[in-house]
Amino acid sequence: MSSTLKLELGRRYRFSASHRLHSAHLSEEENNRIFGKCNNPYGHGHNYVVEVSVSGDVDPATGMIANLADLDALVQHQVLDEFDRKSLNDDVPAFRDKVPTTENVCIEIFRRLKSFPEAKLERIRVEETGKNSFEYAGDNPEGNRL
Amino acid sequence: MVLITRKIEFSASHLYHNPNLSAEENRRIFGKCNNPHGHGHNYTLEVTVAGEPDPVTGMVLDLKELKEILEREVMQRMDHRHLNYEVPELAGQIPTCENIAQVLWRLLDPKITRGRLHHVRLYESPDLFADCYRNGAAAAGKQ
Repeated sequence: MSSTLKLELGRRYRFSASHRLHSAHLSEEENNRIFGKCNNPYGHGHNYVVEVSVSGDVDPATGMIANLADLDALVQHQVLDEFDRKSLNDDVPAFRDKVPTTENVCIEIFRRLKSFPEAKLERIRVEETGKNSFEYAGDNPEGNRL
Repeated sequence: MVLITRKIEFSASHLYHNPNLSAEENRRIFGKCNNPHGHGHNYTLEVTVAGEPDPVTGMVLDLKELKEILEREVMQRMDHRHLNYEVPELAGQIPTCENIAQVLWRLLDPKITRGRLHHVRLYESPDLFADCYRNGAAAAGKQ
């Protein structure tokens, strides 16, 4: 509508998954020291909240930056179907040799959604619990709110 | 620079319908939101103002003043209103989160006389919201 304003559409999704923080490059002792409780060999789980922000022009015919149903379908297919009720370590190939910290979860979700054709993916923000959250904006300085 | 944010809630009804589209296209694009009788939401608005604290008062902008601006510009205009029929600033627009956020920005920006309007976030529900920034200043701290 106007170049003076920048509009983003934000949408929240939820998934529950387990993970274990463990690096094959570290000794048992180091893994224990660095990851503490999160190194428990049986893993543990979280209710994750994923916040997806996209930007673009508002289509005057629809009043929308992007069709919500299309964004929902992409997130469902690319993220929720793959992550919900899964073990991130065992079920998501990206984490076979990468520690599934929520930093890395943000990066992986960004990678999976950046091809959304209707609007520009600005940022992924993931709440691992209600008390901690992580954001990733790719190499897009505009998307970084830091 | 310091950012201060005030949050308000208002309740309003709306519907999505574009008279230039066929009934079928309206239904396809807008789905449930095309119900001609409308529906409503509890909106949450977060308004962030950026500035340097005044050396005497220690304030970027007196929150009392921001509260009065929001009461006048937002609550009186939109609370318990039908956004399609009762808010002239939205006339001819589909009252989506994106469009309402832009309208709110344009209403508030000239009224913020101390500090500068930095960010408007409007939640239509806890899982759907629109963010409005000044173009080129999306990142906090970039003014």
